[in-house]
Amino acid sequence: MMNLLFASNGIDIGWGTTTAIKTAVVLGTIPAGALILGYVFLLKMMSHMQSRLGPMDPGGFHGWFQLVGDGMKFLQKEDIMPEDADKRVFAMAPIVVLISTFLVYVVIPVGPSLYVRDLNVGVFYALAVSSLSVIGVLMAGWASSSKFALLGALRAAAQLIAYELPLLLAVVGVVMQARTASLQGIVEAQHEGAIFGWDSIGLPFIFTQFIGFGLFMIAAQAELTQPPFDMPVAESELVSGYMVEYTGFRFLFFFMGEFGTAFAFSAIAATLFLGGWTLPGLDMDAEYMKIVGPIVLFTKIMLIAFLMFWARFTYPRFREDQLQKLAWKYLIPLSVINILVTAAFIVWI
Amino acid sequence: MPNLIEDVKKAFGNDVIEIEENYDDVVVRLTKAGYEKAPAILKEQLGFDFLSFIAGVDWMPMPVEAEEGSGDTSQPAQPQEMTFGVTGSASRFQVFSHVQSTSQHVGLTIKVDVDENDMAVSSWTKDYPGADWHERECWEMYGIDFIGHPEIRHLYLPGEFEGHPLRKDFPLLARVVKPWPGLVDVELMPGEGPQAEESE
Amino acid sequence: MTTDSTPMIDIDPRDMHHLAQAQMNVELDTGDMILNMGPQHPATHGTLRLVVRLDGERVLAADPIIGYMHRGYEKLTEYRTYPQITTLINRIDWLSSFANEVPFIHGAEKLMDIEAPDRAQYIRTILTELSRIATFILFLGEMPLQVGAITPAFYGFRDREHVLNLIESATGGRFHPNFNRIGGLKDDLPWGWTGECRRVLDICAKSCDDFERLIVGNEIFQARTRGVGIITPEAGLAYGVSGSNIRASGVDWDLRRDGPDYLSYKDIDFKVWTHPDGDSFSRYWVRLQETRESIKMVRQLLDKLPSGPVMAKVPRIIKVPEGEIWVETENPLGQMGYYIYSKGSTGPFRTKIRSASFSNVSICPWLLQGIYVPDVVTVLASLYFILGDIDR
Repeated sequence: MMNLLFASNGIDIGWGTTTAIKTAVVLGTIPAGALILGYVFLLKMMSHMQSRLGPMDPGGFHGWFQLVGDGMKFLQKEDIMPEDADKRVFAMAPIVVLISTFLVYVVIPVGPSLYVRDLNVGVFYALAVSSLSVIGVLMAGWASSSKFALLGALRAAAQLIAYELPLLLAVVGVVMQARTASLQGIVEAQHEGAIFGWDSIGLPFIFTQFIGFGLFMIAAQAELTQPPFDMPVAESELVSGYMVEYTGFRFLFFFMGEFGTAFAFSAIAATLFLGGWTLPGLDMDAEYMKIVGPIVLFTKIMLIAFLMFWARFTYPRFREDQLQKLAWKYLIPLSVINILVTAAFIVWI
Repeated sequence: MPNLIEDVKKAFGNDVIEIEENYDDVVVRLTKAGYEKAPAILKEQLGFDFLSFIAGVDWMPMPVEAEEGSGDTSQPAQPQEMTFGVTGSASRFQVFSHVQSTSQHVGLTIKVDVDENDMAVSSWTKDYPGADWHERECWEMYGIDFIGHPEIRHLYLPGEFEGHPLRKDFPLLARVVKPWPGLVDVELMPGEGPQAEESE
Repeated sequence: MTTDSTPMIDIDPRDMHHLAQAQMNVELDTGDMILNMGPQHPATHGTLRLVVRLDGERVLAADPIIGYMHRGYEKLTEYRTYPQITTLINRIDWLSSFANEVPFIHGAEKLMDIEAPDRAQYIRTILTELSRIATFILFLGEMPLQVGAITPAFYGFRDREHVLNLIESATGGRFHPNFNRIGGLKDDLPWGWTGECRRVLDICAKSCDDFERLIVGNEIFQARTRGVGIITPEAGLAYGVSGSNIRASGVDWDLRRDGPDYLSYKDIDFKVWTHPDGDSFSRYWVRLQETRESIKMVRQLLDKLPSGPVMAKVPRIIKVPEGEIWVETENPLGQMGYYIYSKGSTGPFRTKIRSASFSNVSICPWLLQGIYVPDVVTVLASLYFILGDIDR
């Protein structure tokens, strides 16, 4: 990737350095993305919807420094573990969650050749790897040796497994339409596509796959354990569920994992349904797209995250059995029907 | 209201020791046997479906710690003879309860004497399950046992508490810990007062 | 949910006593688990400790342990004069504190055979209904918080501020007005208060409409609260459940209309709202309608407010003659009552404080059998108890 970036200048960078730079970029994006999402939506948008202002002082301008300061505060806290906790599992759990988040960013394309790896099973890889966080959650709940944590972890395990299916099946329709599972290929397909022959804006799959979009957003909300699906971390009953015994930087890892995954899922949704890093009318292979692409994708991510967080602050939470009923009885059949209809359209139209 | 007095007299018969009307309320004092039959009669015959409360009262006069004319304002001066209220009493302790009828909008207060040597009356929990907590509180505050209660244990106070606080001979612990400062007319500013004046 | 008429929990009491020392070890077998919710817990409105025995996520038995906030009011009243007691009893139900003073002052006035002037009665009624509006608006915002929606709580607090400002401008205290005196009120209303009051009532009416649109129609809220925690009328009345909780089970009983006359309720018209189901949703709905009804009542009272003195002639040192009296009123939380024994001195001989939440919470062992853990929180939130009211 760096070869292409600097090819015109003739600088030749080896594979090792390239990978190191890519890794650094991704590792930097996770906290940055988490911070941006957390500040804009969790602190500011939620506050304004609740008729209050949110942080205003830290950093001067509307409190932009609040989350950075929070991060620094978490880092300097004492590392407490419950006495009966399983120490190694307790310490490893947030790292597992963070690793699964990191691995999702590997396939997200940000520009013409700005990606870490363009796997040709990109989408399925991303969703498969994000479900590794279930293990981290179970480890956290078990190792905390607290009944509240255990309840939260078991609820989370059931919920995350149940909502994997609608998430995946919703994406199958997109993959069928794009004829490829690689995320870069899906971006191309949307850019090159045409709506009944009118190709000025390409074919963002949200138009044809609106059911898939709805299912994906609902399932993503459940995968992130955000309200209305936040039984595992129900604040008024379990007081953060499986995270209840975590303090300091371990809690910071969970927090970054949650918001980093939100950022990643928004990026995937933007790529699958809104057209990714391209805009209609722009040339996909132009050099300037290497700058404009990330900006475009960032805007689309903000849009999708707005929807996700808006639902988060508005709805009460589902009870565990209602949640499962929704997934198994309504979302999965709906997604299967979506696939059949898409297939019918593709074959006959 | 006169109807209610007649109905109660008819339902309880000889168990009524005294019955009186008192400020929109009817107060009846029953015997111990009457108190035992009371919940069933009240609920089924007289139609009192709502249990308001069950509590106790200790008729012993308030012990006075201050002397006459000392200006001690730590507590209101209560008469030192043992007098009893409406419908009287034959012993130091009484249990009184109040029930209401939501359909006929009448209420009834029931009192029963509790003998000091045999501090037990029967429990109302079979017909009025809400009596559970009221009787637990009455036991822990006065020491009155309730026969037939499924499980008398402390309600407000910690498990190992000794004594029965609402009895008149149990002191108010806040006063024991820190004595009442007496009548303070004007709170002096810091730096004022006899010590400050001396140092000038 | 059992509908047994004499339901009692069957936990071995020794289990409960040792829970304080119990280690929170996670057991591998699928036996029953004893979970201790509280005393520090976001759902239990203060220091209520609820010990539940769970089978997975289903509650087998629940035992509320109260008394963490017991201040010994009944003992304290034996050591205080009547005006001093008004300060104490403000703090029983601290969200609607003006309403707590009313039955006690009313009882003392009746024993002394003093009647507060009309204007004082009207202002007392207005302030009581305002405190009812304040506490119910908070409930309308805060019950969805327990169910999971975090935003309405802020709306509830924000709109309640207007009412508290109003009460503060009249009485000097937002939470603990301490405004009643035997014989009337401490002061008259300030200039311009009635106009401000009408403006605040408009804000509250709009707030009720907001809550109805935002919460009552929400499918998730309905799915979480309909059919959850059903109190049958017979069981509820036998346990002593009163107020909106029992009206939500269909019992048409309101002490403002059906009890002995007190304050100025006989001069205004109001409707008593009931709901046939007895579940959490109906309790929410009944309180919403009662808030609207209170707003209408205050408007009527403001229209009819008479002029005159606010304090009757009372002796300088208040000595209540010998006697007993039972007064009960319809407080926001339920039926609150005082049984005052007086022996002719400056303070009562014995006061029995009948608080509403005490009986409302005593139904928990019966009510919480067989429901899920999340529903425990919903049910507790819908019963709307205040710890000071339970523990006095």
